Amino acid sequence: MNVLSDNFAEFREGFLKTVELTAYSGVLALLLGTLIAAFRVSPVPALRAFGTAWVTLLRNTPLVLLFLTVTLGLPALGLKGWDDFWLAVLALGSYTSAFICEAVRSGINTVPVGQAEAARSIGMTFGQTLGQVVLPQAVRTAIPPIGSLMIALAKNTAIASGFNVGELASVQKGLNSDQGYNIYVIFLWIALCYLIITFAISGLFRLLESRLAVVR
Amino acid sequence: MSEAPADSADALVVLDKVNKHFGALHVLQDIDLTIARGEVVVVIGPSGSGKSTLCRTINRLETTDSGTITIDGRPLPQEGRELARLRADVGMVFQSFNLFAHKTVLENVTLGQVKVRKKDRKSAEATARTLLDRVGVGAQAEKYPAQLSGGQQQRVAIARALAMDPKVMLFDEPTSALDPEMINEVLEVMRQLARDGMTMVVVTHEMGFARSAANRVVFMADGRIVEEAAPEQFFSNPRSDRAKDFLSKILHH
Ligand SMILES: Nc1ncnc2c1ncn2[C@@H]1O[C@H](COP(=O)(O)OP(=O)(O)O)[C@@H](O)[C@H]1O
Ligand SMILES: [Mg+2]
Repeated sequence: MNVLSDNFAEFREGFLKTVELTAYSGVLALLLGTLIAAFRVSPVPALRAFGTAWVTLLRNTPLVLLFLTVTLGLPALGLKGWDDFWLAVLALGSYTSAFICEAVRSGINTVPVGQAEAARSIGMTFGQTLGQVVLPQAVRTAIPPIGSLMIALAKNTAIASGFNVGELASVQKGLNSDQGYNIYVIFLWIALCYLIITFAISGLFRLLESRLAVVR
Repeated sequence: MSEAPADSADALVVLDKVNKHFGALHVLQDIDLTIARGEVVVVIGPSGSGKSTLCRTINRLETTDSGTITIDGRPLPQEGRELARLRADVGMVFQSFNLFAHKTVLENVTLGQVKVRKKDRKSAEATARTLLDRVGVGAQAEKYPAQLSGGQQQRVAIARALAMDPKVMLFDEPTSALDPEMINEVLEVMRQLARDGMTMVVVTHEMGFARSAANRVVFMADGRIVEEAAPEQFFSNPRSDRAKDFLSKILHH
C-alpha cells in the first residue's frame, strides 16, 4: 500500500490549497507591503507613524497570535461569516506585508535621493516620483529578499492547518491515526510537496532577477 | 546681452526676509533678493555659506522658517499638488546631474512633459529631441545616463529642465563635478540660454561665465548676502572684506 497513490485526491487537494493560500497571501502582502513602504517614506507624518506602527507590531508578533486575533477577534468585532480560508489569507498577508515593506524600503534607500529631488523639481508629485522613478529602481534590489520572504510565506501557510484550512500540513491529520500508514513516509511526501512549491518560487524570482538585470 | 529690466514690476523671483535654520545653524539670514525677468544672477561665496540652500528654497526642496518667496507674483504654496505645479515652472540643475538611471536620455526628457504637463507622448518626444539637439546630445537619445560622459549628462539634465518650459532656471554648481575638459561644453549651453533671455540663478565659481553672461553677482557668506554688484565691478573692485578675502583665495589657485 502506498500512502500517496491511495490518498492522491487528499494530497492534491491539500497541495492546491497551499498553493492558493500562498498565492493570495503573497499578492496581498506585496500590495500591502509596498503601500506601507510608501507610507513610511511619505512626507505626511501621520502616514509615516502608521507605517512604523504596522511594521513594528506585525514583525514582533508570533504568527499564531495573529491567526488567533483574526479568527477569534474579527468575529467578536461583528465581522462574521468570513470563510476560514480568507481569514488565513488576511493573517498571512498582513504578517508578511511587514517584512515586504522593509525589503521594499531598503530597496528605496539604495536609489540616490538626488533622483527623487530631480523628479520633484520638474513638478512630479510624491506618488509620481515614487511610481515612476524610485520604485522601478528599488525593485531591482528588493527582488532577492522578497523571494526569500515568499518562501517563508509558503512554509508559514502550514499554520493555517490549525485553523480549519484543509491545506497540505493538514493532510496527515486524516491519515496517520486510523489507517496505520508509516508517519515518516507521510511526512516525507508532504515535505516533498512543500519543496516543489518553494523551488518553484525561487525559480520564479531568479528569473525575475535576471530579467530586471538585463533591462537595467 | 540685453540689460536686465530693473523695475520691480517685472520681478520674477522675490525673496523677502527669508530665514532658514538647520538645527542651531542659521543657514539663511534675512535674505532679500529680487530677480527680474530675463536676468542672469551668479551667486558666489565660500563653501557652506548657504548657496545651495538658497537655490533649494526657491523651489522648496527645503522649507523656510520665515519670510516669503514669490515666483511670478505667486507665493510658494506649502505642499501638495499646488506646489508641484509651481515647481514645474522652476527648472533646477544639480551638481551631480541626478538623471533617472533606469530611463534613457530621451525618456528622461520626456517623463515630466507627459506626467506633469500632460502632453501626448509624440509631441513630448519631438520637444525632447529638439532640446537634446540644442544642447548637443541628440545622438545619445537612446542611451542610458551611465553610458554618457559627465558633460553630456549635465547637458541632458539641462534639457530635462528646459522641457518643462520653466520661467526660471536654477543651477547649483553645474560644472563642479565635471572633468576640466567638459566644463566649457556645459557653460556654452548656459551662455546660449542666457543670450536667449532665460532668467537664471547660477551658483558657480566660474568667473569667466560670470563676466560674460551675468547681469549681477551676489556674494554670500555665512548665510547672508554680503555684496551685490555688476560682475566687472565685483571682480575688479569688491567692496566688502569678505569678498576681497574670498576672491584673493580663488584667484590665486
Ligand atoms: N540637510 C542639511 N542638514 C543639516 N545641515 C545642512 C544641510 N544641508 C546643508 N547644511 C549645512 O548648511 C550650511 C550651508 O550649506 P549649503 O547651502 O550647502 O552651502 P554652500 O552650497 O554654499 O556650500 C552648511 O554648513 C551645511 O553643512
Ligand atoms: Mg553647495
